[in-house]
Amino acid sequence: MLLKNKLQREQKKESKEITISKEHEAYLRSIIREKRFIKIAQILLLVLFIVLWEYAARKRLIDTFLTSSPSAIFKLIKQFISDGSLYNHLLVSTQETIAGFFVGTIFGILVAILLWWSEKIAKILDPYMVILNSLPKTALAPIIILWVGMGFTGIIVTAASISVIVTTMTIYTGFMNVEHDKIILLKTFGATKFQILNKVIIPANFPNIMSVVKVNIGLSWIGVIVGEFLVSKAGIGYLILYGSQTFKLDLVMMGVIVLAIIAGLMYFIAAWIEKKVVKY
Amino acid sequence: MDYVCELKNISKRFHTINNETLAIEDLSFKVERGEIVSIVGPSGSGKSTVLSLLAGLEKPSEGEVIVNTKSIGFMFQKDQLYEWRNIYKNCILGLEIQKKDTKENIDKVIDKLKNYGLYNFRNYYPRQLSGGMRQRAALVRTLAVEPELLLLDEPFSALDYQTRLSVGNDVGEILRKEKITTVLVTHDIPEAVSISDRVIVFTERPARIKKEYIIEFNMPDEKRTPMKCRNTSEFGEYFREIWRDLDVIEK
Repeated sequence: MLLKNKLQREQKKESKEITISKEHEAYLRSIIREKRFIKIAQILLLVLFIVLWEYAARKRLIDTFLTSSPSAIFKLIKQFISDGSLYNHLLVSTQETIAGFFVGTIFGILVAILLWWSEKIAKILDPYMVILNSLPKTALAPIIILWVGMGFTGIIVTAASISVIVTTMTIYTGFMNVEHDKIILLKTFGATKFQILNKVIIPANFPNIMSVVKVNIGLSWIGVIVGEFLVSKAGIGYLILYGSQTFKLDLVMMGVIVLAIIAGLMYFIAAWIEKKVVKY
Repeated sequence: MDYVCELKNISKRFHTINNETLAIEDLSFKVERGEIVSIVGPSGSGKSTVLSLLAGLEKPSEGEVIVNTKSIGFMFQKDQLYEWRNIYKNCILGLEIQKKDTKENIDKVIDKLKNYGLYNFRNYYPRQLSGGMRQRAALVRTLAVEPELLLLDEPFSALDYQTRLSVGNDVGEILRKEKITTVLVTHDIPEAVSISDRVIVFTERPARIKKEYIIEFNMPDEKRTPMKCRNTSEFGEYFREIWRDLDVIEK
């Protein structure tokens, strides 16, 4: 405890009062101003888009049967929220996505570790990985769903299958690109292979893993939506498909908008975690 | 005599699909306990390979490598600090690996951080430090496991000239004061002469010993620092002789 207090005192001593020149103040102001301008422009762009869309819809410049309109979508969202069904659909899809994301990412990383551990296995599997990687995984979705089951699990496996191969490839490449001398250093300390994995390979790849995580959130959503298109009785994908089959474009648009919001939200959470984890 | 390591008639070949290269041929030398030995030679002459052999990272094609200690420290051209660990965490890396991170050993690391002017920066990440400080932190990390044999592979060559002189001076002084047996590989003749007790000059590949110099300055060992050595008349002579051995100009 004593040491901690001492430490804090020292740190305070180090951060002396800094006097700022007029020029520097102006410089900081200009940066803040520019940031604010960009934020405002971003928001305006969205508002303008919605207003124009609504205006065009009301003036019959566009066919609302095909494009719907913001107010109609908003009304529909309100209705879906009030009867609780939006929550249900959202819950189903989000659960599937999160589960698919974790299965795909963790399994992908585990395979990458296996390939790193045995160069021979990596070499043997290499052509298969390349082909699997270039194959559009959505093509496998019907097969997977038949094999694994028509419900929840089928959709999760579909979602996972989309991210797993690219995860393995990216992470494995990152593992192999760790600077050679960093590993040699540990070897001179007498490190075991597990220690090398644990102390260098994985921590050196934290930034890499986090960027894979961000990509995989998007990929998992693709898998879930495709899965729900094929088989499902609930979820955002189901809503979109149902809406398009019954020509309720309001419903389709609502699905897409809700999807954009939730996927964006998940991305920001991942980015926030990345900031917390990768401090250096 | 108490020898920390010995190379006996070592040869080393490297193989690729297209050819094989004889990097070292019939090389023998010993390093006494507490001695600081430098190896200089033309680039690509297999100097670094000698260190890899001593560290046990490579096996010789022929001959025998005898190392009478298990605790070896290795320093590289780049500091190889882990950017995701702060300075303190980097310094105890070796202790962590060898599961020797006891209170006693950690206190020693903290003392070293204080001695080498890094204590106030212990919570900084490597990227926040200058090149010289980083290399000093790398030295603390290396010395933390109390190596009986220190292998330095051009450890200052990635630093700018002034930092290189000052860090070289600091490290040279520390090695001498703590009597750490050291093999230093460098292409910098003044560095080799100012730091070492003995300089071994290698031939072109395949590496053999071309010449050996016992480096002696007219000053007591405990007062000897690399900087002081650089200001003596012997220094210039050693430099000229080794320079001639390497005959860089003729090439």
